[in-house]
Amino acid sequence: MRIDVQDLVLRYDTVTALDGLTFGLAGGKIYGLLGRNGSGKTSLLSILAAFRRQTAGSVRVDGRPVFENGAVTSRISLIRESGEAVDIGTAEEALSYAEWLRPDWDGDYARELMETFRIEPKKNVRSMSRGQRSAMGVVVGLASRAPLTMFDETYLGMDVPARRAFYDALLADYMAHPRTIIISTHLIEEVSPLFEEVLIIDRGRLVVHEETDALLSRGTSVTGPAERVETFTEGMTVLATERLGPTASAMVYGEFGEERRKRAAEAGLELGPVAMQDLFVHLTTAEGAR
Amino acid sequence: MFDDRSPIYRQIAERIKADVLNETLKADEQVMSTNQYAAFYRINPATAAKAFQQLVDEGVLYKKRGIGMFISPDARDMLRARRKETFFGEVVDPMVAEARAIGIPLGDVINRIEELEGQ
Repeated sequence: MRIDVQDLVLRYDTVTALDGLTFGLAGGKIYGLLGRNGSGKTSLLSILAAFRRQTAGSVRVDGRPVFENGAVTSRISLIRESGEAVDIGTAEEALSYAEWLRPDWDGDYARELMETFRIEPKKNVRSMSRGQRSAMGVVVGLASRAPLTMFDETYLGMDVPARRAFYDALLADYMAHPRTIIISTHLIEEVSPLFEEVLIIDRGRLVVHEETDALLSRGTSVTGPAERVETFTEGMTVLATERLGPTASAMVYGEFGEERRKRAAEAGLELGPVAMQDLFVHLTTAEGAR
Repeated sequence: MFDDRSPIYRQIAERIKADVLNETLKADEQVMSTNQYAAFYRINPATAAKAFQQLVDEGVLYKKRGIGMFISPDARDMLRARRKETFFGEVVDPMVAEARAIGIPLGDVINRIEELEGQ
């Protein structure tokens, strides 16, 4: 599903959660939504899912507004950590409710996932552990097969095997049934290989929207004798510099063409990649990179 | 599995090239699909597709519409020829530089090479 967000603003009392967000997603991809705590991720997802109405600006999904538009919202699924999509009696009852709500529901797949995550069908969701409740969210979110599926930090309390099972199921089901998936997470290194595109928001504003590989290719670490690193990086966007004795390592943001690579080699400097997580940290703290 | 030093798609492409060079993958043999690679490495299928596209552009793979990707008949010869071109610059020169840096006389290196040749 195509998503168009234009000049989106959300204010609660005196707080501005979203401050003029504009972006477009072509759809049919897995998108990563990254941001620090309080950056506006959950606010944005809540508006996309029509759980909340914006203060100003527009949100269109496949060209249509979402708020109070049942025909569109039945095809949009947002799984939040608060668990309102699954806190409906027993696990079985939660599935029945989702089946009634979701036109593309796949019951067999839901039961298969329940076994993968070892969820007892008769168990009350409220009495489950944090990780099991999150896994219930994964089951409902994936088996809904909603053309727009969003997971907001749906990993809390899940241990490593459960998270891995989540990523495997997500990838397999996305490949079998391509749709638009948005994942918000703080586990950046762990999940970012799944993203085709990444959106980073900070203080309610869009910082980056790019293909994952393109974003990663914008980060380069330059390591070598401190003076040479300093001379080489002059005039470039340096996100951070670390020093260890006479050696310095600068994290540079921007395209690195053949010519620059050659100059680095000639200066005896070592070039390396920068992890998504490091780019994220510096893009959401440094002013210089905006 | 990955060294974290280059994009995953480039590492996948390198892996396939290595398999062609050591004949794990032979001419006209079908390679696993994008989706199989994506599931195996837990990466987005578009990333795996990029690795394949790079290999198609380089002539290592060819596409049969609706069936999949196959190893080009001349992939191995081509890769060998290309590796030969860069062998001295990328393998021998750094080795000599390393030997100098740590104080191994080049004569010792040559002796070692001759020893290996005799085996």
